[in-house]
Amino acid sequence: MENVIDVKDVWVSYDGVRVLESVNLTVKDKDFLAIIGPNGGGKSTLLKVILGLIKPDKGSVTLLGGRPTKTRKDVGYVPQYHSSNLDFPVTVWDVVLMGRLSHKGPLQRYNDEDRNAALEALKTVGMLDFKDRQIGELSGGQKQRVFIARSLVTKPKLLILDEPSTGIDSRMQKEFYELLNKLKSEIAIVMVTHDISAVSVYVDKIGCLNRKFHYHDDKEISPHDLEVSYQCPVELIAHGVPHRVLKEH
Amino acid sequence: MLEVLQYDFMRNAILAAILASIACGIIGVYVVVKKIVFISGGITHASFGGIGLGYYLGINPLFGLIPFSLFSAIIMGLVSKRAKVAEDTAIGILWSLGMALGIILIYWTPGYAPDLMTYLFGNILTVPMSDIYLMLGLDLVIILVVYAYYKHFMALCFDEEFTTVSGLSAEKLYLLLLCLIALTIVLLIKVVGIILIIALLTMPASLSRHYTNNLGKMMYLAIIFGIFFSLAGLFLSYFFDAPSGATIILSMSTVYILHFLYDGLKPKIAS
Repeated sequence: MENVIDVKDVWVSYDGVRVLESVNLTVKDKDFLAIIGPNGGGKSTLLKVILGLIKPDKGSVTLLGGRPTKTRKDVGYVPQYHSSNLDFPVTVWDVVLMGRLSHKGPLQRYNDEDRNAALEALKTVGMLDFKDRQIGELSGGQKQRVFIARSLVTKPKLLILDEPSTGIDSRMQKEFYELLNKLKSEIAIVMVTHDISAVSVYVDKIGCLNRKFHYHDDKEISPHDLEVSYQCPVELIAHGVPHRVLKEH
Repeated sequence: MLEVLQYDFMRNAILAAILASIACGIIGVYVVVKKIVFISGGITHASFGGIGLGYYLGINPLFGLIPFSLFSAIIMGLVSKRAKVAEDTAIGILWSLGMALGIILIYWTPGYAPDLMTYLFGNILTVPMSDIYLMLGLDLVIILVVYAYYKHFMALCFDEEFTTVSGLSAEKLYLLLLCLIALTIVLLIKVVGIILIIALLTMPASLSRHYTNNLGKMMYLAIIFGIFFSLAGLFLSYFFDAPSGATIILSMSTVYILHFLYDGLKPKIAS
Protein backbone atom coordinates (compact mmCIF):
# COMPACT_ATOMS: atom_id res chain seq x y z
CA MET A 1 0.00 0.00 0.00
CA GLU A 2 1.41 3.36 -0.98
CA ASN A 3 1.49 6.21 1.49
CA VAL A 4 -1.58 8.36 1.91
CA ILE A 5 0.46 11.52 2.31
CA ASP A 6 4.09 12.08 1.33
CA VAL A 7 5.56 15.48 2.11
CA LYS A 8 9.21 15.82 1.09
CA ASP A 9 11.44 18.71 2.11
CA VAL A 10 8.73 21.38 1.91
CA TRP A 11 9.60 25.07 2.41
CA VAL A 12 7.03 27.86 2.55
CA SER A 13 7.40 31.56 3.28
CA TYR A 14 4.94 34.44 3.23
CA ASP A 15 6.35 37.84 2.27
CA GLY A 16 9.85 36.73 3.15
CA VAL A 17 8.88 35.27 6.52
CA ARG A 18 9.61 31.58 6.68
CA VAL A 19 6.65 29.53 7.88
CA LEU A 20 7.71 25.98 7.05
CA GLU A 21 11.28 24.78 6.92
CA SER A 22 12.28 21.48 5.40
CA VAL A 23 9.18 19.61 6.50
CA ASN A 24 9.09 15.88 5.86
CA LEU A 25 6.00 13.88 6.70
CA THR A 26 4.61 10.49 5.79
CA VAL A 27 1.15 9.22 6.62
CA LYS A 28 0.27 5.60 5.97
CA ASP A 29 -3.11 3.97 5.59
CA LYS A 30 -5.13 4.00 8.83
CA ASP A 31 -2.62 6.16 10.69
CA PHE A 32 -4.01 8.59 13.22
CA LEU A 33 -1.60 11.52 13.37
CA ALA A 34 -1.96 14.61 15.51
CA ILE A 35 0.09 17.65 14.63
CA ILE A 36 0.53 20.02 17.55
CA GLY A 37 2.41 23.24 17.90
CA PRO A 38 2.04 26.86 18.93
CA ASN A 39 -0.28 29.25 17.13
CA GLY A 40 1.52 30.68 14.14
CA GLY A 41 3.75 27.61 14.03
CA GLY A 42 2.59 26.75 10.50
CA LYS A 43 0.04 24.03 11.26
CA SER A 44 -2.71 25.38 9.06
CA THR A 45 -0.17 26.22 6.37
CA LEU A 46 1.04 22.62 6.36
CA LEU A 47 -2.53 21.36 5.93
CA LYS A 48 -3.07 23.83 3.09
CA VAL A 49 0.12 22.65 1.41
CA ILE A 50 -1.01 19.04 1.75
CA LEU A 51 -4.36 19.98 0.16
CA GLY A 52 -2.68 21.96 -2.62
CA LEU A 53 -4.27 25.24 -1.49
CA ILE A 54 -0.79 26.73 -1.07
CA LYS A 55 2.09 25.97 -3.40
CA PRO A 56 5.33 25.34 -1.52
CA ASP A 57 8.41 27.35 -2.51
CA LYS A 58 10.37 24.15 -2.57
CA GLY A 59 9.70 20.45 -2.03
CA SER A 60 7.02 18.06 -3.14
CA VAL A 61 3.69 16.78 -1.86
CA THR A 62 2.01 13.57 -2.95
CA LEU A 63 -1.54 13.08 -1.77
CA LEU A 64 -3.30 9.74 -2.31
CA GLY A 65 -0.70 8.91 -4.93
CA GLY A 66 -1.15 12.04 -7.04
CA ARG A 67 -0.92 15.80 -7.22
CA PRO A 68 -2.94 17.43 -4.40
CA THR A 69 -4.93 19.67 -6.75
CA LYS A 70 -6.11 16.56 -8.59
CA THR A 71 -6.60 14.18 -5.67
CA ARG A 72 -7.89 16.48 -2.91
CA LYS A 73 -11.49 15.91 -3.92
CA ASP A 74 -11.11 12.39 -2.55
CA VAL A 75 -9.99 13.64 0.85
CA GLY A 76 -12.48 14.22 3.64
CA TYR A 77 -11.72 17.72 4.86
CA VAL A 78 -13.05 19.39 7.99
CA PRO A 79 -11.99 23.05 7.85
CA GLN A 80 -11.49 25.31 10.82
CA TYR A 81 -14.60 26.11 12.76
CA HIS A 82 -14.86 29.68 11.57
CA SER A 83 -14.24 29.14 7.91
CA SER A 84 -17.91 28.57 7.20
CA ASN A 85 -20.68 31.09 7.33
CA LEU A 86 -22.69 29.79 10.28
CA ASP A 87 -25.77 31.98 10.10
CA PHE A 88 -26.25 30.80 6.54
CA PRO A 89 -29.75 29.56 5.71
CA VAL A 90 -29.07 25.84 5.25
CA THR A 91 -30.13 22.70 7.06
CA VAL A 92 -27.84 19.95 8.31
CA TRP A 93 -29.08 17.84 5.40
CA ASP A 94 -28.03 20.48 2.82
CA VAL A 95 -24.60 20.78 4.42
CA VAL A 96 -23.96 17.04 4.36
CA LEU A 97 -25.10 16.73 0.75
CA MET A 98 -22.60 19.47 -0.11
CA GLY A 99 -19.91 16.84 0.42
CA ARG A 100 -21.18 15.06 -2.72
CA LEU A 101 -20.74 18.16 -4.84
CA SER A 102 -17.33 17.04 -6.09
CA HIS A 103 -19.13 14.42 -8.16
CA LYS A 104 -21.72 16.78 -9.62
CA GLY A 105 -21.63 18.99 -12.67
CA PRO A 106 -23.94 21.95 -13.25
CA LEU A 107 -27.59 20.94 -13.77
CA GLN A 108 -27.03 17.54 -12.14
CA ARG A 109 -29.38 16.97 -9.20
CA TYR A 110 -28.55 14.88 -6.17
CA ASN A 111 -29.73 11.29 -6.68
CA ASP A 112 -30.56 8.38 -4.41
CA GLU A 113 -26.94 7.35 -4.18
CA ASP A 114 -26.04 10.81 -2.86
CA ARG A 115 -28.93 10.79 -0.43
CA ASN A 116 -28.07 7.31 0.87
CA ALA A 117 -24.46 8.34 1.39
CA ALA A 118 -25.62 11.41 3.31
CA LEU A 119 -27.96 9.32 5.48
CA GLU A 120 -25.22 6.85 6.25
CA ALA A 121 -22.72 9.58 7.14
CA LEU A 122 -25.24 11.25 9.46
CA LYS A 123 -25.85 7.88 11.14
CA THR A 124 -22.10 7.36 11.60
CA VAL A 125 -21.71 10.64 13.46
CA GLY A 126 -24.99 10.18 15.35
CA MET A 127 -26.68 13.28 13.95
CA LEU A 128 -29.47 11.72 11.90
CA ASP A 129 -32.17 13.12 14.21
CA PHE A 130 -30.93 16.63 13.50
CA LYS A 131 -31.07 16.40 9.74
CA ASP A 132 -33.74 19.08 9.27
CA ARG A 133 -32.22 21.51 11.76
CA GLN A 134 -30.70 24.81 10.80
CA ILE A 135 -26.90 24.58 10.98
CA GLY A 136 -26.66 27.75 13.09
CA GLU A 137 -28.94 26.27 15.79
CA LEU A 138 -26.53 23.48 16.70
CA SER A 139 -23.94 23.48 19.46
CA GLY A 140 -20.25 23.58 18.59
CA GLY A 141 -19.82 19.83 19.03
CA GLN A 142 -22.90 19.04 16.95
CA LYS A 143 -21.74 21.29 14.13
CA GLN A 144 -18.36 19.63 14.15
CA ARG A 145 -20.08 16.23 13.78
CA VAL A 146 -22.09 17.53 10.85
CA PHE A 147 -18.90 18.76 9.17
CA ILE A 148 -17.33 15.35 9.72
CA ALA A 149 -20.42 13.75 8.16
CA ARG A 150 -20.02 16.08 5.19
CA SER A 151 -16.41 14.98 4.79
CA LEU A 152 -17.37 11.30 5.01
CA VAL A 153 -20.04 11.20 2.28
CA THR A 154 -17.47 10.52 -0.41
CA LYS A 155 -16.08 7.59 1.59
CA PRO A 156 -12.57 9.05 1.71
CA LYS A 157 -9.38 7.17 2.55
CA LEU A 158 -8.08 10.16 4.46
CA LEU A 159 -9.70 12.59 6.85
CA ILE A 160 -8.01 15.94 7.53
CA LEU A 161 -9.21 18.07 10.44
CA ASP A 162 -8.06 21.62 11.18
CA GLU A 163 -8.37 22.52 14.88
CA PRO A 164 -11.42 20.31 15.40
CA SER A 165 -11.68 20.95 19.13
CA THR A 166 -12.24 24.71 18.80
CA GLY A 167 -15.70 25.67 19.94
CA ILE A 168 -16.42 22.40 21.70
CA ASP A 169 -16.74 22.16 25.47
CA SER A 170 -14.65 19.56 27.24
CA ARG A 171 -17.49 17.10 27.80
CA MET A 172 -18.35 17.13 24.10
CA GLN A 173 -14.68 16.78 23.24
CA LYS A 174 -14.57 13.33 24.74
CA GLU A 175 -17.48 12.19 22.59
CA PHE A 176 -15.90 13.84 19.61
CA TYR A 177 -12.62 11.97 20.01
CA GLU A 178 -14.49 8.75 20.53
CA LEU A 179 -16.11 9.32 17.16
CA LEU A 180 -12.68 9.80 15.57
CA ASN A 181 -11.49 6.67 17.32
CA LYS A 182 -14.35 4.76 15.72
CA LEU A 183 -13.42 6.12 12.30
CA LYS A 184 -9.72 5.39 12.51
CA SER A 185 -10.20 1.66 12.03
CA GLU A 186 -11.18 2.41 8.44
CA ILE A 187 -9.37 5.56 7.33
CA ALA A 188 -6.23 7.56 7.97
CA ILE A 189 -6.78 10.69 10.07
CA VAL A 190 -4.59 13.78 10.26
CA MET A 191 -5.58 16.35 12.83
CA VAL A 192 -4.07 19.68 13.70
CA THR A 193 -4.51 21.23 17.13
CA HIS A 194 -2.83 23.64 19.49
CA ASP A 195 -4.50 21.97 22.43
CA ILE A 196 -1.94 19.47 23.77
CA SER A 197 -4.27 17.90 26.29
CA ALA A 198 -6.79 17.17 23.54
CA VAL A 199 -4.63 14.76 21.63
CA SER A 200 -4.37 12.53 24.65
CA VAL A 201 -5.96 9.20 24.24
CA TYR A 202 -6.60 8.04 20.75
CA VAL A 203 -3.86 9.18 18.44
CA ASP A 204 -1.13 6.83 17.27
CA LYS A 205 1.48 9.38 16.34
CA ILE A 206 2.26 12.93 17.26
CA GLY A 207 4.25 15.52 15.41
CA CYS A 208 5.28 18.91 16.77
CA LEU A 209 5.37 21.74 14.27
CA ASN A 210 6.97 25.08 14.82
CA ARG A 211 8.41 25.96 11.42
CA LYS A 212 10.30 22.68 11.62
CA PHE A 213 8.59 19.39 12.06
CA HIS A 214 9.52 17.00 14.85
CA TYR A 215 8.04 13.64 14.38
CA HIS A 216 7.33 10.80 16.79
CA ASP A 217 6.50 7.29 15.87
CA ASP A 218 4.81 6.75 19.15
CA LYS A 219 2.65 9.14 21.05
CA GLU A 220 4.96 9.91 23.90
CA ILE A 221 6.22 13.45 23.83
CA SER A 222 9.22 14.32 25.87
CA PRO A 223 9.45 17.68 27.60
CA HIS A 224 12.50 18.30 25.45
CA ASP A 225 10.52 17.87 22.20
CA LEU A 226 7.88 20.31 23.33
CA GLU A 227 10.48 22.84 24.37
CA VAL A 228 12.14 22.61 21.00
CA SER A 229 8.80 23.13 19.28
CA TYR A 230 7.33 25.79 21.47
CA GLN A 231 10.70 27.38 22.16
CA CYS A 232 9.94 27.82 25.82
CA PRO A 233 9.58 25.46 28.75
CA VAL A 234 6.17 23.83 28.69
CA GLU A 235 4.42 22.59 31.79
CA LEU A 236 3.37 19.02 31.17
CA ILE A 237 0.20 17.77 32.71
CA ALA A 238 -1.13 14.33 31.98
CA HIS A 239 -4.86 13.83 31.72
CA GLY A 240 -7.08 10.81 31.73
CA VAL A 241 -5.10 8.16 33.53
CA PRO A 242 -4.62 5.35 32.57
CA HIS A 243 -4.34 6.78 29.05
CA ARG A 244 -1.74 9.44 28.93
CA VAL A 245 0.25 11.36 26.40
CA LEU A 246 3.16 11.93 28.61
CA LYS A 247 5.51 9.75 30.53
CA GLU A 248 5.17 9.93 34.25
CA HIS A 249 7.38 12.67 35.51
CA MET B 1 -56.66 55.15 -9.43
CA LEU B 2 -56.90 52.43 -12.09
CA GLU B 3 -57.01 54.99 -14.87
CA VAL B 4 -53.22 55.45 -14.54
CA LEU B 5 -52.83 51.95 -15.97
CA GLN B 6 -54.11 53.15 -19.33
CA TYR B 7 -50.88 54.94 -19.96
CA ASP B 8 -48.18 53.00 -21.80
CA PHE B 9 -45.44 54.45 -19.64
CA MET B 10 -47.24 53.16 -16.55
CA ARG B 11 -47.64 49.69 -18.02
CA ASN B 12 -43.96 49.61 -18.89
CA ALA B 13 -43.10 50.87 -15.43
CA ILE B 14 -45.04 48.02 -13.82
CA LEU B 15 -43.40 45.46 -16.10
CA ALA B 16 -39.97 46.94 -15.34
CA ALA B 17 -40.65 46.81 -11.60
CA ILE B 18 -41.60 43.14 -11.82
CA LEU B 19 -38.66 42.16 -14.04
CA ALA B 20 -36.19 44.07 -11.85
CA SER B 21 -37.60 42.47 -8.68
CA ILE B 22 -37.07 38.97 -10.08
CA ALA B 23 -33.36 39.56 -10.67
CA CYS B 24 -32.78 41.44 -7.45
CA GLY B 25 -34.71 38.84 -5.44
CA ILE B 26 -32.56 35.98 -6.70
CA ILE B 27 -29.17 37.68 -6.77
CA GLY B 28 -29.86 39.87 -3.73
CA VAL B 29 -30.12 36.71 -1.64
CA TYR B 30 -26.56 35.73 -2.61
CA VAL B 31 -25.33 39.27 -1.95
CA VAL B 32 -26.84 39.17 1.53
CA VAL B 33 -25.91 35.65 2.62
CA LYS B 34 -22.38 35.82 1.21
CA LYS B 35 -21.98 39.31 2.72
CA ILE B 36 -20.65 40.83 -0.48
CA VAL B 37 -22.62 44.06 -0.30
CA PHE B 38 -19.50 46.20 -0.55
CA ILE B 39 -18.11 44.58 -3.68
CA SER B 40 -21.61 44.74 -5.19
CA GLY B 41 -21.66 48.48 -4.44
CA GLY B 42 -18.24 48.73 -6.07
CA ILE B 43 -19.38 46.99 -9.27
CA THR B 44 -22.51 49.16 -9.34
CA HIS B 45 -20.67 52.46 -9.11
CA ALA B 46 -17.78 51.44 -11.33
CA SER B 47 -20.38 50.61 -14.00
CA PHE B 48 -20.93 54.33 -14.38
CA GLY B 49 -17.85 54.15 -16.59
CA GLY B 50 -19.93 52.01 -18.96
CA ILE B 51 -22.67 54.63 -19.09
CA GLY B 52 -20.03 57.22 -19.96
CA LEU B 53 -18.63 54.92 -22.63
CA GLY B 54 -22.08 54.52 -24.16
CA TYR B 55 -22.57 58.30 -24.36
CA TYR B 56 -19.09 58.83 -25.75
CA LEU B 57 -19.59 56.23 -28.50
CA GLY B 58 -23.06 57.57 -29.22
CA ILE B 59 -24.78 54.23 -28.57
CA ASN B 60 -27.54 53.30 -26.11
CA PRO B 61 -25.76 53.69 -22.74
CA LEU B 62 -27.12 50.28 -21.69
CA PHE B 63 -24.98 48.68 -24.40
CA GLY B 64 -21.94 50.41 -22.95
CA LEU B 65 -23.05 49.37 -19.49
CA ILE B 66 -23.38 45.61 -20.06
CA PRO B 67 -19.81 44.84 -21.18
CA PHE B 68 -18.34 47.42 -18.84
CA SER B 69 -20.13 46.13 -15.73
CA LEU B 70 -19.17 42.51 -16.56
CA PHE B 71 -15.59 43.65 -17.06
CA SER B 72 -15.47 45.56 -13.79
CA ALA B 73 -17.05 42.61 -11.96
CA ILE B 74 -14.28 40.29 -13.16
CA ILE B 75 -11.50 42.80 -12.50
CA MET B 76 -12.85 43.56 -9.06
CA GLY B 77 -13.22 39.86 -8.22
CA LEU B 78 -9.68 39.06 -9.32
CA VAL B 79 -8.04 42.10 -7.76
CA SER B 80 -9.84 41.76 -4.44
CA LYS B 81 -8.77 38.10 -4.12
CA ARG B 82 -5.29 38.22 -5.58
CA ALA B 83 -3.77 41.67 -5.08
CA LYS B 84 -1.54 42.23 -2.08
CA VAL B 85 -3.77 44.97 -0.72
CA ALA B 86 -6.74 44.60 1.60
CA GLU B 87 -9.88 43.52 -0.24
CA ASP B 88 -11.95 46.55 0.79
CA THR B 89 -9.18 48.96 -0.20
CA ALA B 90 -8.97 47.40 -3.67
CA ILE B 91 -12.74 47.56 -4.09
CA GLY B 92 -12.87 51.18 -2.91
CA ILE B 93 -10.23 52.22 -5.44
CA LEU B 94 -11.89 50.47 -8.40
CA TRP B 95 -15.26 51.87 -7.30
CA SER B 96 -14.02 55.44 -7.77
CA LEU B 97 -11.89 54.62 -10.79
CA GLY B 98 -14.94 53.48 -12.78
CA MET B 99 -16.91 56.55 -11.80
CA ALA B 100 -14.04 58.87 -12.69
CA LEU B 101 -13.82 57.27 -16.15
CA GLY B 102 -17.53 57.81 -16.64
CA ILE B 103 -17.38 61.46 -15.63
CA ILE B 104 -14.52 62.19 -18.04
CA LEU B 105 -16.14 60.34 -20.95
CA ILE B 106 -19.42 62.21 -20.46
CA TYR B 107 -17.54 65.52 -20.23
CA TRP B 108 -15.82 64.76 -23.54
CA THR B 109 -19.08 63.83 -25.23
CA PRO B 110 -20.16 66.79 -27.35
CA GLY B 111 -23.44 68.39 -26.40
CA TYR B 112 -25.75 67.61 -23.54
CA ALA B 113 -26.01 64.10 -22.10
CA PRO B 114 -29.73 63.38 -22.03
CA ASP B 115 -31.12 61.03 -19.35
CA LEU B 116 -27.92 61.19 -17.34
CA MET B 117 -29.96 61.72 -14.19
CA THR B 118 -32.01 58.63 -15.09
CA TYR B 119 -28.93 56.45 -14.82
CA LEU B 120 -27.85 58.01 -11.56
CA PHE B 121 -31.21 58.20 -9.78
CA GLY B 122 -33.48 56.02 -11.91
CA ASN B 123 -36.76 56.86 -13.54
CA ILE B 124 -39.00 53.88 -13.96
CA LEU B 125 -41.54 56.01 -15.85
CA THR B 126 -39.23 56.41 -18.84
CA VAL B 127 -38.45 52.75 -19.54
CA PRO B 128 -39.10 52.08 -23.27
CA MET B 129 -40.40 48.75 -24.56
CA SER B 130 -36.95 47.88 -25.96
CA ASP B 131 -35.52 48.03 -22.44
CA ILE B 132 -38.31 45.77 -21.21
CA TYR B 133 -37.21 43.11 -23.72
CA LEU B 134 -33.61 43.54 -22.63
CA MET B 135 -34.63 43.14 -18.99
CA LEU B 136 -36.63 40.02 -19.84
CA GLY B 137 -33.60 38.53 -21.60
CA LEU B 138 -31.28 39.29 -18.68
CA ASP B 139 -33.77 37.78 -16.23
CA LEU B 140 -33.80 34.57 -18.27
CA VAL B 141 -29.99 34.41 -18.28
CA ILE B 142 -29.88 34.91 -14.51
CA ILE B 143 -32.58 32.31 -13.83
CA LEU B 144 -30.91 29.72 -16.09
CA VAL B 145 -27.45 30.16 -14.58
CA VAL B 146 -28.75 30.06 -11.01
CA TYR B 147 -30.84 26.97 -11.85
CA ALA B 148 -27.75 25.22 -13.22
CA TYR B 149 -25.38 26.26 -10.43
CA TYR B 150 -27.72 26.46 -7.45
CA LYS B 151 -25.89 23.78 -5.43
CA HIS B 152 -22.48 25.14 -6.38
CA PHE B 153 -23.36 28.68 -5.38
CA MET B 154 -24.79 27.41 -2.11
CA ALA B 155 -21.53 25.64 -1.29
CA LEU B 156 -19.48 28.66 -2.38
CA CYS B 157 -21.43 31.04 -0.16
CA PHE B 158 -21.42 28.66 2.79
CA ASP B 159 -17.80 27.53 2.81
CA GLU B 160 -15.39 28.65 0.12
CA GLU B 161 -12.44 26.62 1.37
CA PHE B 162 -14.39 23.38 1.44
CA THR B 163 -15.72 24.11 -2.04
CA THR B 164 -12.15 24.40 -3.33
CA VAL B 165 -11.04 21.20 -1.64
CA SER B 166 -14.06 19.47 -3.23
CA GLY B 167 -12.31 19.98 -6.53
CA LEU B 168 -14.42 22.94 -7.71
CA SER B 169 -12.89 26.24 -8.70
CA ALA B 170 -14.22 28.59 -6.04
CA GLU B 171 -12.64 31.51 -7.88
CA LYS B 172 -14.45 30.82 -11.15
CA LEU B 173 -17.74 30.32 -9.33
CA TYR B 174 -17.21 33.58 -7.45
CA LEU B 175 -16.49 35.44 -10.67
CA LEU B 176 -19.60 33.92 -12.25
CA LEU B 177 -21.64 35.14 -9.30
CA LEU B 178 -20.14 38.63 -9.60
CA CYS B 179 -21.05 38.63 -13.31
CA LEU B 180 -24.64 37.82 -12.39
CA ILE B 181 -24.55 40.76 -9.98
CA ALA B 182 -23.30 42.94 -12.85
CA LEU B 183 -26.23 41.84 -15.04
CA THR B 184 -28.64 42.51 -12.18
CA ILE B 185 -27.25 46.03 -11.93
CA VAL B 186 -28.04 46.56 -15.62
CA LEU B 187 -31.60 45.42 -14.91
CA LEU B 188 -32.02 47.69 -11.92
CA ILE B 189 -30.40 50.82 -13.24
CA LYS B 190 -33.49 52.30 -14.92
CA VAL B 191 -35.62 51.52 -11.89
CA VAL B 192 -33.66 53.15 -9.07
CA GLY B 193 -30.38 54.36 -10.60
CA ILE B 194 -26.76 53.63 -9.70
CA ILE B 195 -26.87 55.55 -6.43
CA LEU B 196 -29.79 53.59 -4.99
CA ILE B 197 -29.26 50.09 -6.38
CA ILE B 198 -27.64 48.63 -3.27
CA ALA B 199 -30.79 49.25 -1.22
CA LEU B 200 -32.91 47.34 -3.72
CA LEU B 201 -30.36 44.54 -3.88
CA THR B 202 -30.16 44.04 -0.11
CA MET B 203 -33.44 45.00 1.56
CA PRO B 204 -35.88 42.45 0.08
CA ALA B 205 -33.33 39.64 0.58
CA SER B 206 -32.47 40.66 4.11
CA LEU B 207 -36.15 40.94 5.00
CA SER B 208 -36.86 37.50 3.56
CA ARG B 209 -34.07 35.95 5.68
CA HIS B 210 -36.27 36.84 8.60
CA TYR B 211 -39.12 34.65 7.46
CA THR B 212 -37.38 31.53 6.23
CA ASN B 213 -34.30 29.41 6.79
CA ASN B 214 -34.29 28.07 3.26
CA LEU B 215 -32.17 29.65 0.56
CA GLY B 216 -34.60 28.90 -2.29
CA LYS B 217 -37.63 30.16 -0.36
CA MET B 218 -35.67 33.29 0.51
CA MET B 219 -35.42 34.00 -3.22
CA TYR B 220 -39.17 33.62 -3.82
CA LEU B 221 -39.97 35.79 -0.81
CA ALA B 222 -37.43 38.43 -1.82
CA ILE B 223 -39.00 38.60 -5.29
CA ILE B 224 -42.46 39.09 -3.77
CA PHE B 225 -41.17 41.78 -1.39
CA GLY B 226 -39.36 43.47 -4.26
CA ILE B 227 -42.45 43.53 -6.49
CA PHE B 228 -44.66 44.75 -3.66
CA PHE B 229 -42.36 47.57 -2.60
CA SER B 230 -41.44 48.75 -6.05
CA LEU B 231 -45.09 48.88 -7.12
CA ALA B 232 -46.10 50.58 -3.87
CA GLY B 233 -43.27 53.09 -4.36
CA LEU B 234 -44.28 53.60 -7.97
CA PHE B 235 -47.87 54.48 -7.07
CA LEU B 236 -46.80 56.66 -4.15
CA SER B 237 -44.46 58.56 -6.45
CA TYR B 238 -47.31 59.04 -8.92
CA PHE B 239 -49.71 60.41 -6.33
CA PHE B 240 -47.18 62.55 -4.46
CA ASP B 241 -45.36 63.65 -7.58
CA ALA B 242 -41.99 62.47 -6.20
CA PRO B 243 -39.06 60.84 -8.05
CA SER B 244 -39.90 57.14 -8.50
CA GLY B 245 -36.53 55.58 -7.62
CA ALA B 246 -36.15 57.47 -4.38
CA THR B 247 -39.78 56.86 -3.43
CA ILE B 248 -39.37 53.11 -3.97
CA ILE B 249 -36.28 53.03 -1.76
CA LEU B 250 -37.84 55.30 0.85
CA SER B 251 -41.01 53.22 1.18
CA MET B 252 -38.96 50.03 1.33
CA SER B 253 -36.59 51.42 3.96
CA THR B 254 -39.48 52.68 6.06
CA VAL B 255 -41.05 49.24 6.23
CA TYR B 256 -37.64 47.63 6.75
CA ILE B 257 -36.77 49.90 9.67
CA LEU B 258 -40.24 49.61 11.23
CA HIS B 259 -40.00 45.85 10.92
CA PHE B 260 -36.80 45.77 12.93
CA LEU B 261 -38.06 48.31 15.46
CA TYR B 262 -41.14 46.15 15.95
CA ASP B 263 -38.90 43.16 16.47
CA GLY B 264 -37.51 44.86 19.53
CA LEU B 265 -34.14 45.91 18.12
CA LYS B 266 -32.61 42.73 19.45
CA PRO B 267 -29.56 41.35 17.66
CA LYS B 268 -30.62 38.95 14.96
CA ILE B 269 -29.52 35.82 13.27
CA ALA B 270 -28.03 36.65 9.93
CA SER B 271 -29.02 39.10 7.25
